[in-house]
Amino acid sequence: MLTKRIIPCLDIINRRVTKGVRFTNNIDLGDPVEMAVRYSDEGCDELVVYDITASAEQRPIDIGMVREVARAIRIPFAVGGGIATLDDMSRVLLAGAEKISVNSLAVRTPSIIADGARAFGNQCMVLGMDPVATADRTRCPSGYEVTTRGFRERTGMDAVAWARRAEALGAGEIVVNSVDADGTRAGFELTITRLIAEAVNVPVVASGGAGCAAHLRDAFTVAGADAVIVAGILHTGHTTLGQLKHALHADGVPVRMHW
Amino acid sequence: MLAIVDYKAGNLTSVQLAFGALGCDTTVTSDPAEIRAAERVVFPGVGAAGSAMSHLDALGLAPALRDVTARGTPFLGICLGTQILFDASEEDGGTVTLGLLPGRAVRFRPSDRRDKVPQIGWNQVKASRPHPLLAGIADESEFYFVHSYYPAPADPCLTLGTTCYAGVTFSSMVVRGNVAATQFHPEKSGRIGLRLLDNFLRWTPDT
Repeated sequence: MLTKRIIPCLDIINRRVTKGVRFTNNIDLGDPVEMAVRYSDEGCDELVVYDITASAEQRPIDIGMVREVARAIRIPFAVGGGIATLDDMSRVLLAGAEKISVNSLAVRTPSIIADGARAFGNQCMVLGMDPVATADRTRCPSGYEVTTRGFRERTGMDAVAWARRAEALGAGEIVVNSVDADGTRAGFELTITRLIAEAVNVPVVASGGAGCAAHLRDAFTVAGADAVIVAGILHTGHTTLGQLKHALHADGVPVRMHW
Repeated sequence: MLAIVDYKAGNLTSVQLAFGALGCDTTVTSDPAEIRAAERVVFPGVGAAGSAMSHLDALGLAPALRDVTARGTPFLGICLGTQILFDASEEDGGTVTLGLLPGRAVRFRPSDRRDKVPQIGWNQVKASRPHPLLAGIADESEFYFVHSYYPAPADPCLTLGTTCYAGVTFSSMVVRGNVAATQFHPEKSGRIGLRLLDNFLRWTPDT
């Protein structure tokens, strides 16, 4: 049986893993290569590395760091942030990453998804999106609107329609990072995750709001997510991958228990 | 020297890094002479069968692959490389592929919408029989998969491991003589995947 994936997320500023309170009150959590190795040793199923200031600073992604992470671990990882062109994608993949995550760029230039999928395969193209609940059901019939630029800009785009369009363009996986749940540790936003999981045929990753194993279980069993992203609760030592996996396993969720 | 065949079908960095971690020197090559001279050959690949076959044709690599597989060189296909070793693939409206193994690659057709295509993630491989390539690997260990098509060998004796997904039990690992092939990515499957690659480096096929 295909197991459900747990994916730690490393937000990077200046080659350091940083607590994911975006752009403000940043706390240094450690070296990205050391943390990637530690999580890999502890049984994470994949990793995602976001160079969170690259696009704000209009500089290319830190390829040296991608290369070091690739050398250090033997499991797949995705890279996001600061990717603007097919050349950027090519450099990230040649450095050893498996997947490219695009978010704001894809909203501005949706054709980048199709171009990337054609050049590198759908399996390389991950669409990240940051939906927020909205009362404007005229523009957003699902009740969720896509935001960009670290939640700062609303787009007027319906989150479910955008997920369908991204799949049609060639996205091989969709990360649903809820603006409302992000950083709360109160659980994933199950409603929008489920709406998107039911709307598309590619795997859906729940992100934002993980506080405990029961939240992960609900993302899998209630919302139908194929994978979850966790960050803060692991980085701060609130829990471990082992504890999360044992709890999920005990609840009957298929997870990888030996590695 | 171990040759990793480069036919413009995806990223070979992970394969190189994994063999590097085992202390093995590799050469990434599109040169038929270098492939023929190699002690071992790895044939990876991601992407689509149609464009992969076009690239192989343009590079004139099919005869070299035929030679090394016929001659007994230890050979390992991975993912798309595995699928196109067979006679044909359903991908791209039907593609004639290398025909080095009998059978074809067919698409997942899940009846349950919760089974997503592609299959992405870690799934179990159940050994059909003992084999040196599986030495030291617990049965039903998980390996990393990313694929929408799967191998369907015409001869069930080829199957070395099976995996269940989207309502089918498919051959996730096959072997015939010196030709072994996995649908999963051993190079991305952590310590267990490395063990399989290390077994491949030590493998002396019966001829």
